[in-house]
Amino acid sequence: MSRSLMPSLAAKALNYTLLTWIALVFIFPIVFMVVSSLKPDLQLLQDASSVRAFLPVGDISFDNYRAAFQRVPIGHFIFNSVMVTAITMVLSLAVCSMAAFAFVFLEFPGKSVLLAVVLATFIVPFESIAIPLLLVVNNLPWIGDQGLTVGWLNSYHVQIIPFISDALTIFLFVQYFRDLPRELVEAARVDGAGYFQIYRRVILPLAGPVFATAAILKFLAMYNQYLWPVMAAQSEDYRPIMVGLQYFFQLNIAWGEMMAYLTVITVPVLLFYLSLQRAFIASIASTGVKG
Amino acid sequence: MSAPITSTTAPGAARARRSGLLMVSPAMLLMALFLILPFLLAFAMSFTNQRLVSPNPTQYVGLDNYRQILGLGVLTLQPEKDAQGQVAHEADGSVQYPSLRTYTRDNPDYPHLNRMREWFHVGWTGDSRVYVLASDVIFMKALVNTVQFVVVVAPVQAFFALLLALLINQPLRGINIYRTIFFMPVVISMVVVAFLWRFIYAGDTGLLNSLLGHLTFGAFKPVDWLGQPGTALWAIMAMSVWQGVGFHMIVWLSGLQTISASLYEAAALEGASRWQVFRYVTWPGLRNTAILVMVVITMQAFTLYPQIDVMTRGGPLDSTQSLVFQAVQRGYGKQDIAGGSAISVFLFLFVLAISLGQRYLTREKK
Repeated sequence: MSRSLMPSLAAKALNYTLLTWIALVFIFPIVFMVVSSLKPDLQLLQDASSVRAFLPVGDISFDNYRAAFQRVPIGHFIFNSVMVTAITMVLSLAVCSMAAFAFVFLEFPGKSVLLAVVLATFIVPFESIAIPLLLVVNNLPWIGDQGLTVGWLNSYHVQIIPFISDALTIFLFVQYFRDLPRELVEAARVDGAGYFQIYRRVILPLAGPVFATAAILKFLAMYNQYLWPVMAAQSEDYRPIMVGLQYFFQLNIAWGEMMAYLTVITVPVLLFYLSLQRAFIASIASTGVKG
Repeated sequence: MSAPITSTTAPGAARARRSGLLMVSPAMLLMALFLILPFLLAFAMSFTNQRLVSPNPTQYVGLDNYRQILGLGVLTLQPEKDAQGQVAHEADGSVQYPSLRTYTRDNPDYPHLNRMREWFHVGWTGDSRVYVLASDVIFMKALVNTVQFVVVVAPVQAFFALLLALLINQPLRGINIYRTIFFMPVVISMVVVAFLWRFIYAGDTGLLNSLLGHLTFGAFKPVDWLGQPGTALWAIMAMSVWQGVGFHMIVWLSGLQTISASLYEAAALEGASRWQVFRYVTWPGLRNTAILVMVVITMQAFTLYPQIDVMTRGGPLDSTQSLVFQAVQRGYGKQDIAGGSAISVFLFLFVLAISLGQRYLTREKK
């Protein structure tokens, strides 16, 4: 072995050791959560003082899941979360990509001002408009099965409609569309296609990657949302799964049941992430590519 | 911006205008109603006494809400003297001062201190004491905590994220596995993470305490991390860094990958050390990424909320109050939309000032 390889081998070993220790820090709490959800409370507490906390050993069962499902209407909360997240995602992608198409390929009055306003809203944290937004939605009309009503609190639409249009999603599409060859649109125009047709038939088929990116970011933002549903969707009928955690806000927590609930919330997302991790990471990376 | 498509014929241009307006209008209307209107309303309502639901008409109250959250007063007090002119002492031997209540409750000589409470006090010349009073002591604590959170979390998180990015940017076999693991907490909701870490931080049975106990062979005395004012905010900071660091690692990584490999080759030919390579090649190449990472982390840190709501609800002794938690307590809990809006406006101006300052400090030096 040549001498120059020696330090690089040592460096490699050092790197792997360091990486592995850091990885344990990231993964242990998650392993602990899943493992603990299978143990009765007494054993869970005893195991916390040893490495057994991370091992599925001892009295393993799904009792905590059964108990948690009895305590909390988990099924309904999951339905609420999935429904709100999916609908918002689909509508957001449609509305924002269409707007971005117009911003990039069409000329209309007020365009540059509108785009500037959209980009400026980046700096407004949602937390600083949440309280006045509460007043806005409390005064909006809705036509439902009870006829015309005023006030959107405790409904699905209060969790969906305010989040359809957002600056980040529009911005991602604008960035992507700017790099597409403009001749595509011009050629379609010469062939007599209308702009909606061009958007649907020419641009959308080319925009797969940016749709994946925007969908992932929207999914994470919506599924993990907490502040807004806490204020606007407290009613059990419309409560999403994150707010359902409030069932465990009490002094004597049933830890095993809580871990079961946390696992039910988290594992689907983690599996989704692991199966699409390249796309997930690319989506975060693309938010950092600033024009 | 690139040149727009312009038709040579007038009807073509008109069609582009019409289609353009039609296609942006859903997005723009939604944004106007649910983002811009509330944003403007926040300013407008912070000058009123608006409530979420109220039978009384809304009234303009000027700066009252701001005075209520930001009002400060200073009062210097001399110790009480007894009949002989000697400094009086409490039963426990400490120097006795006049009751603050006599100054802050309907005292015509001190109208500006009316209804204020003690925030903190410091010793002054001799035995005199300076009291700093606030109209809303809890808000002041929330403000200080939030700033402390940002000042600690932003640089620490950015630093660790860069370190992780440098580590996983090496050509090592299986490096993607590490990348995948480091990023994992990002996809988990902060609410879930906060619940989970409540157990990790628990006083008697917590994982952290038993880990520290093992590492020190039992010398470490268990601490109720979230239960005491001295450690609660730090515990929340550590957890927040853990949850979010993977996100910024990816942003740094995408910055690292834009740096040309030829620069590294040149540095290797020159025989540069690892530190020199970082100092003269990597860091200059990360300039724009650094600005982005700092701006995003700072803005995120200012909106500290779910951790607080789940873990401590502002306690113990208000040591983990935050601006957003206070805004929610007022605007939603007490249905005082005006008061909540004033805090929201304050939060926004703070974020704006910080991000403008950051942009100025990190501007392109020509």
